[in-house]
Amino acid sequence: MNVQAWTFLLIAVSFALYLGIAIWSRATTMKDFYVAGAGVSPLANGMATAADWMSAASFISMAGLISFMGYDGSVYLMGWTGGYVLLALLLAPYLRKFGAYTVPDFVGDRYYSQTARIVAVLCAIFVSFTYVAGQMRGVGIVFSRFLEVDVNHGVYVGMAIVFFYAVLGGMKGITYTQVAQYCVLIFAYMVPAIFLSMTIAGTPIPQLGLGGVDQATGTPLLERLNGLHEELGFAAYTSGTRSTLDVFLITAALMVGTAGLPHVIIRFYTVPRVRDARLSVGWALVFIALLYTTAPAVAVFARTNLIASVAGTPYAEMPPWFTNWEATGLLRFDDLNGDGVIQFTGPDSPVPNELTVDNDIMVLANPEIAALPDWVVGLVAAGGLAAALSTAAGLLLVVSSAVSHDLLKRALRPSITERGELIAARVSAGAAVMVAGYLGVNPPGFVAQVVAFAFGLAASSFFPVIILGIFWHRATREGAIAGMLTGITFTAAYIVYFKFMHPELNTADHWWLGISPEGIGAVGMVLNAAVTILVSRLTPPPPLEVQELVDRVRVPRGAGLAHEINA
Amino acid sequence: MATERSPAEVRARHAEYWRKNKRYVGALLLVWFVVSYGFGILLAEPLNRITIPGTGFPLGFWFAQQGSIYVFVVLIFIYVWLMNRLDRAYEVDEGRDHG
Repeated sequence: MNVQAWTFLLIAVSFALYLGIAIWSRATTMKDFYVAGAGVSPLANGMATAADWMSAASFISMAGLISFMGYDGSVYLMGWTGGYVLLALLLAPYLRKFGAYTVPDFVGDRYYSQTARIVAVLCAIFVSFTYVAGQMRGVGIVFSRFLEVDVNHGVYVGMAIVFFYAVLGGMKGITYTQVAQYCVLIFAYMVPAIFLSMTIAGTPIPQLGLGGVDQATGTPLLERLNGLHEELGFAAYTSGTRSTLDVFLITAALMVGTAGLPHVIIRFYTVPRVRDARLSVGWALVFIALLYTTAPAVAVFARTNLIASVAGTPYAEMPPWFTNWEATGLLRFDDLNGDGVIQFTGPDSPVPNELTVDNDIMVLANPEIAALPDWVVGLVAAGGLAAALSTAAGLLLVVSSAVSHDLLKRALRPSITERGELIAARVSAGAAVMVAGYLGVNPPGFVAQVVAFAFGLAASSFFPVIILGIFWHRATREGAIAGMLTGITFTAAYIVYFKFMHPELNTADHWWLGISPEGIGAVGMVLNAAVTILVSRLTPPPPLEVQELVDRVRVPRGAGLAHEINA
Repeated sequence: MATERSPAEVRARHAEYWRKNKRYVGALLLVWFVVSYGFGILLAEPLNRITIPGTGFPLGFWFAQQGSIYVFVVLIFIYVWLMNRLDRAYEVDEGRDHG
């Protein structure tokens, strides 16, 4: 069997598995549809959260990104894992006790205000659509690169699959498919990583291989890579080039953004008890850490491999993978000095660089560069699809529940029956899939830029308001609304200014205090908290029943909210 | 069991439970901050002069790309353990209500 046949087979088998699970785990009640009946075990929820969280970007792009950024890539590693500590200690148990279906549910009830609820709904929908467009595009790209079908056809196939299990199964269907998708994606990530680690560092454990000895030269791998970097005029791999303040703030924005993303938060509504919510954050991070501690190892292996096999070598001697990936446009060689030799050099080198490498190639082409068996290549394709589909489904559910539950049931038509709400939830999930598919086929030119938006907004809108709502009785409606609006406006204005209005000024020299748009969400969060506290102090305290609600949320035992007991 | 206590007593015990919870959270977040923002970012440069014995890891780099993530996982499980114990001690655990 060749690469194509393996890829087709592995994708077909994994899709059949997802559809089978979707039929087995259909949602029959509202509670099934929104929170999987709140009956998911902490371990299963941990796996589902890991798949929900790790997107096409984590699977395909992150190792490549780290590989190019070296130490500076740490912002993604710490930023996208550290938020789980905040979730476990500050958010998940209390939101589970509160017992709502959605994030705007909490904001609206805790701040006794429809305005706060609507602001939260809009933030949730915006953040989710921003994210989902990238996922659908990711599905299309994986299809087109591995099976040579049109990108758009790939998006349609992805839409059909997600439509089937999200509309039919709601959160219940999504949860159990995500468990399967986690298994597929982690297996697909680890197999090539283990192969690479054995070849390059002589150990099957990539995490140890990263600090191990390079088999080719006998020097420690990182020392060798630093040496190669110095030779070629790149900054040392293990020390960064960004300012410490910026690294600090980007890490903070990503951590807090992670803890504020609605599709992550709602996963902790699906477990039976408060103690399960805490435990399941722990499991989630275990499953995420497996990939996140492997990624920096893959980054170093791939970087070393690339430099060793390409830099200073005549183009005529390149192996077939080089020309294969050149055809996709992910790899480009311009022979500037016409000597037929590939000059791969950094900014500090007098020799101009002639090689352009796309981040994504580090994961996608690794199996070929390392000459791994054909089935491994097919496996990586199935893994990339699992990562993209699981995240897309989680996000679409947030949009669906924001419309059918928060807007329809809690704001516009409280008299709607459970049957009516379930139909509305399915219709809005279906509509959300269509919009996501449309965005995947016609991606707005700014998809890459808006990811900074999603994290910045999640960090500067939800996070401080939820935390203060739990830890401070005195936080008032007026405070929360003013805080959310200040945080969002400030963060959005800064990002829009540098990313859309004046992209030419988007350099460290022009940034305010050297803070990049990626890191500004951390400042927005602090502003939000400051404004919420200040305005709360100046306005009348929340009504007594809200203060009692805060007390109830803080202890695990006892009933949650009325609408949970009835459900 | 909780029914034997007066409402005022229950309230006082809940407040004490919450104070202890906040102490745990504070201590664990301090460690969280020190390993990631401290060792991984602010002190990364000086720590990089030390190499972890037996490996090729500069210490600051290791904290930023490996160590902090391991510590995060451990911190959550410590919190789970501490809180399960605290829930039982203050009779606010859910085991009896939900089986």
